[in-house]
Order: sequence, then structure tokens, then C-alpha cells
Amino acid sequence: MESIIRVTNLTKKYGNLTAVDNISFKINKGEIFGFLGPNAAGKTTTINMLIGMAKITDGRIFYNDNDITGKIKKFQNYIGVVLDESNLYEELNGYENLCFCASLYGIRQFKRETRAKQLLEIFQLSDAANRRFKSYSRGMKRKLTIAASLVHEPEILFLDEPTTGIDVASSRQIRALIKKLNDDGTTIFLTTHYIEEAERLCDRIAFINKGKIIKIDTVEKFIEDMSQSNVIEILFDPGYFDKDILIDRLKQNFSELECSFKNENTIKVISQAKIDISPIISFLSSNGIYILEAKLIRPTLEDTFVKLTGIEIDLMKKEKDKK
Amino acid sequence: MKSAIAFWNILLKDMKNYYLKPPNISWGIIFPFAWMLMFFFRSGKAFDIGEIFAGIVAMSILFGTTSMLAVTITFERRGRSFDRLLLAPISTELLVFAKISGAVIFGIINSFIPILISVLYFKSSVANWYLLFVSIILLSIVSTLLGLSIAVSAKEIFEAQTFSNFFRFPMIFLCGLFIPIASLPVYIRPLSYVLPVTYGVDILKYSISKANHLYIWLDIIVLIIFCAGLFYFSIFNIRKKWIV
Repeated sequence: MESIIRVTNLTKKYGNLTAVDNISFKINKGEIFGFLGPNAAGKTTTINMLIGMAKITDGRIFYNDNDITGKIKKFQNYIGVVLDESNLYEELNGYENLCFCASLYGIRQFKRETRAKQLLEIFQLSDAANRRFKSYSRGMKRKLTIAASLVHEPEILFLDEPTTGIDVASSRQIRALIKKLNDDGTTIFLTTHYIEEAERLCDRIAFINKGKIIKIDTVEKFIEDMSQSNVIEILFDPGYFDKDILIDRLKQNFSELECSFKNENTIKVISQAKIDISPIISFLSSNGIYILEAKLIRPTLEDTFVKLTGIEIDLMKKEKDKK
Repeated sequence: MKSAIAFWNILLKDMKNYYLKPPNISWGIIFPFAWMLMFFFRSGKAFDIGEIFAGIVAMSILFGTTSMLAVTITFERRGRSFDRLLLAPISTELLVFAKISGAVIFGIINSFIPILISVLYFKSSVANWYLLFVSIILLSIVSTLLGLSIAVSAKEIFEAQTFSNFFRFPMIFLCGLFIPIASLPVYIRPLSYVLPVTYGVDILKYSISKANHLYIWLDIIVLIIFCAGLFYFSIFNIRKKWIV
């Protein structure tokens, strides 16, 4: 498949800290490519290097097979960027913000006014067009920020954590808009820490942790690989115990199993072989844990992520939401 | 053409968003008035406008431009809307040029308030109108660029304001505006000559009352060098600090 962006051996160092460590990947034309990883995994740093907001320590970036390393300004005409914060002008209203953003790309007045109205319509913000940006809700701010990144009809859209910190209804609407944009031909590079979001939206995903890409594949392939595995979720009454100690003990006693916390009161057990549940339940009970339910579940992308990175999903979400 | 559209709209947005706000306009009007009043009360009688004319014009420009840009850029940086400008397909030079243009225009307009009052009401005379315009334009540009240099170095608005005052107040007393440089202690005088405002004030004094103490052509050359230096220093700092 034809790639729109190709990255080879991309590295970013801040002094002694390596934020992005020799990563290579490509984004195919017309796909939604996801970058999935915890806080400080290197997602935003990678985006920043691709859009020209961070200098590259090493590696090369190709746009349509043209080497654009160090000359990203010229490529900024073709990209739309939504940073992890809604960064429009508080004093301007929605319509003025869109018109202003269009002017930065040299779009003439009549065309930018038409485009602004069209985007307000698409993003269902026409009623709020004359309200100042600072009076918008977080969800509306996010939607207008995405709309602003589309004023010049970019070929590729970079979305950094587009739904973080906004309400469920707005998140759903934004996901639908992302899908629609992609259906209309826009290539999308998305970073997220929400696995369900990546699973629902992306064609291909790269798992990134500690600056390194762990694996890149299609969502179907990731799930297919995991479908060979057995997954059991054990729901228990949350009590006073040390989660780390409990996981360590489980790992010591059941070394063939992969055990992790899904959330405060759910342990997830994964194995390639059939899982015998009774010794696990006995072990947990003997450790003072009152079990409410144990069920065999269909493996998900989340299971693959946990298996490959060893990162607890719940912890990852909490860290990000706190941020 | 595309760059011109971007330039014009950044300038227009800044003028509308920041400079033409009532507090800024009133600051531009009140500040020169406050200084005139201060001299009036100090002398206790009608004062000679010729003595303070250059001073008030220079202060209006210096205070208007440095604080504006230092605050607006820091404000945009904090809200990350400045990133939007950095992500636009325009050169950093054009972006900086657009950002400073608003403040320069604001400085020029600001300077005309005391000029109009002095000339129309107090019947002050201006020896060379042409050089008065030159000095106002150069002083506005150099003061704006000083403000930009401060903005690039500051992270918070209060930091920008503190830095601005740290530079502005000593400048007033060292640039020969109210105390002639020749009257300053010998060991302080070199400081006066590294301040761009000194050269702007010298042209201003010449244009109003021919009371300069340096060569005018030298003043103009030094100011142009300062403008270019501060412009590229700011661009270098933006690329170094904001595109990490």
C-alpha cells in the first residue's frame, strides 16, 4: 500500500533522556493509524517531530517519498494538527477562529468564510458560531479545534489525544467525525491511551512504550493473535491488600499465567493453554479475597496491549485523566 | 500572496484582540497625561513643554510597545494558541514581523497623543518633522523588539512584566531623557551607549529642539543595527526554545 508518511530510525533525546528511541513506521494513504501507549511513552514527542514542533535528534521523515527531514515548514500546508489541548483564541468567537486559522494558510476571504460556515455545520456548532471560544464547553472547544485543523483541507490529520478529558457524548461525536473524515479520504494519525478508541477507529496500531515501538499491526491481526489465548476475568470484593504483592504472588504460584489488574476489583488472567480456575480461586480466597464472579471472555485489543507491554490499563487511564 | 494574507490577518487579529481594547487605549492616553501632570505639580506653575516633550513621547512609545508584546506573546504561549502560528506554513521571520507590526503601529499611534497635545494645545514647536517621524518609527520598532526579546525569555505574564520593568526603568534614567548622559558618573556612561533607546531619544531631541549630542546618521545606523540584532535574536530564541 502507498505510504503518505514514512519514518525511519526516528530518535529524540532531551539531554540524557531518550524520549523516542530509534522508531520506524509508515502511515498508509487513507488509513487511520493509531499510536497507543501510556503517559511518557513518546507519543506526543513523535507527533511533535512529525509536525515540526520538535527538533529531530536522529532519523528521517518522508512525505510521499520525499525526504522532508529538517524542511517540515513546506509540508505544513498538507497537514492538519490537533494538539492535546484546545488551543484556539479565547477572545474570538467560533466563526472568527475558523476564519483566522484559514487565513494562516493564505485562503482568501470569501473562501475562508464559506469553509468556516461549512465546518461549523459539519461539527454541529453553527448555533455557537457567534459565541466566544472561552464560553464553550470542553467538548465544544475540542470540536472547534478539530474543525480549525481542517480549514485548509489537509491530506493528513494529526490528532493528539482527541477525546481526553471530555464528556462521553462529545467523545462519541468526535469519534464519529473522525471516522467520517477518514471515509471522505483524510489520512489520520491518532495518538490515544484509550484502547477502545483505538480498537474502534484505527486500521493499524503501533504500541509504544518508553520511546520504543513494541509492535505494529492491524487491529484484526492483533485480536486474531490473541484469539488463540484464553482470558478469564475474576471479579472480587475490593478489600485492603497490596495489589503489587498480590500480582507477584500470583505470578510465583502460577508462572504459566499472565496476571494483571484490569481495574480495582478485577484481575485478568491470560494463558495460551486452558486455564484451570479452581486453584486460582482457592489461592485468592486463602489470601483473604472474596470472589464475586469468574468468567471466560473473548480476547480484546486490550489483552494484547497488556500482554505486550505489561502495563495496567486502568493505571494508564487514571494517570492520563489526572493529567 | 498567501504569506501576505497570513501576515495581514495576524496583524488584524492582534490589533482587534489586544491593542484596540479600551484598557490599552486608555493606557496610551493616560500615561502621557500622567507624566505631564507630574511635571506640572512638580514645578507648581505652567511648565515649559519643550523640556519634557521628547521625554513624554519616548516614554509613551517605550511603555506602550514593550509591555504589549511581552504580555500578549506570553499570554498566547500559555494558552498554546501561539503553537497554531508556529504550525502554519509561514516562515518564523514573517510570523515575528506580523506580531511586531501591531505593537509598532500601537507605539506610533501612542506617540502622537502627546505630540498632538504639545503642538496643538501648548503650541510647542518641532524643529524637524521628518526626523521626528523617523525617530518615532525607529523607537517603536526597537522598543517592540525589546519587548519581544523579553517575551521570548519569559514563561509567565508576571515574569514578562517584571522583566519589562527591570529593563525599562533603568533605561529612562540612563538614556539621556531626563538626565543628560554627560551628567552621569563616568563609570555608568558606557551603559547608556549600549541602550538602543539612547539613540532613539537623541534623534527625538534633535527633531524637537536640536538638542542632540551624537551624530544623527550614527543614531540611525546604530538603531537599525539594534533592530536587526534584536529581530534575529528573537527568531533564534523562538526556534531554540519553542521548537525544542
